[in-house]
Amino acid sequence: MQSMHSAGERTARGNLSGRTQGGWLHYFANPGRFARFTRPILPWLGAVSALLAVTGIVWGYAFAPADFQQGDAARIMYVHVPAAWVSMSGYAMLALCSFFSLVWRHPLADIAAEEIGPVGAGFTFVCLVSGALWGRPTWGTYWVWDARLTSVLILFFLYLGHIALVRGFESRERGYRAGAILALAGVVNLPIIVFSVQWWNTLHQGNSISFTGSSIYPSMLYPLLVSTLGFYLCFLTLVLARILAAIMERKTSSLLLASAERDA
Amino acid sequence: MIEHLNPWPFINGAYGISVLFLAATALLTWRRLRQATKRLAQIEAS
Repeated sequence: MQSMHSAGERTARGNLSGRTQGGWLHYFANPGRFARFTRPILPWLGAVSALLAVTGIVWGYAFAPADFQQGDAARIMYVHVPAAWVSMSGYAMLALCSFFSLVWRHPLADIAAEEIGPVGAGFTFVCLVSGALWGRPTWGTYWVWDARLTSVLILFFLYLGHIALVRGFESRERGYRAGAILALAGVVNLPIIVFSVQWWNTLHQGNSISFTGSSIYPSMLYPLLVSTLGFYLCFLTLVLARILAAIMERKTSSLLLASAERDA
Repeated sequence: MIEHLNPWPFINGAYGISVLFLAATALLTWRRLRQATKRLAQIEAS
């Protein structure tokens, strides 16, 4: 009895120290635990994201000042820039999940990577279309094969490739492995997108916001930041909801399969 | 300010496509989540 007790203590201590050393990741990688944790916070997260996204969009569209050179066309910034940032961060998340999937074979990492793909592709599409619509009045053309635009188009194709690869195999496991390798190889495109405006002569403007500061006037910067936060939270809400739905769909399939095997 | 609002950016489509994308994705995701919840509850009950 005493030895059992001390063994239990050892396990508990092991789990605790594991958590402090980053084992919390493994702790939440359990699909059931993740679902129990996510379900109650999802409605609140959805409400906050919708509120922030609507506030940012309305603020930028109706209340922020027009640009002294571009006029109202600059208002496209309040949807284009957040969509661009979310599309790149989404891909970084996809690559991170792919890394966890390849290294630790976490089933939740596979599900997360699968569910991030379509949402990230959607945001990238919004970024490309809004950018083209901004380019027409300011550059006189919807599209140029400029380094920034082309690298974001490649990002869109990487998302589409990942979506197709993950779903393109009869064996789900093989699809996840292939998708993870593509996602990790595609990470090289992220610094190319960010630094393309510095490395090459581009029609696209340089970075206005960095970690060290911003060249945007506060009356335009604040709505942009609110809109960006709203877009990020929308992305997070959508991805979490899709992962939760995927977990429940898999549980339903396994229960149906178990029931069919019992009946046979 | 809103009284001087030019509706052009929305008509131009950038806001339209963003709002449409966010609303459509949210609706589709919510429907999928609701269906998955209902179906799992049915299977677990039976």
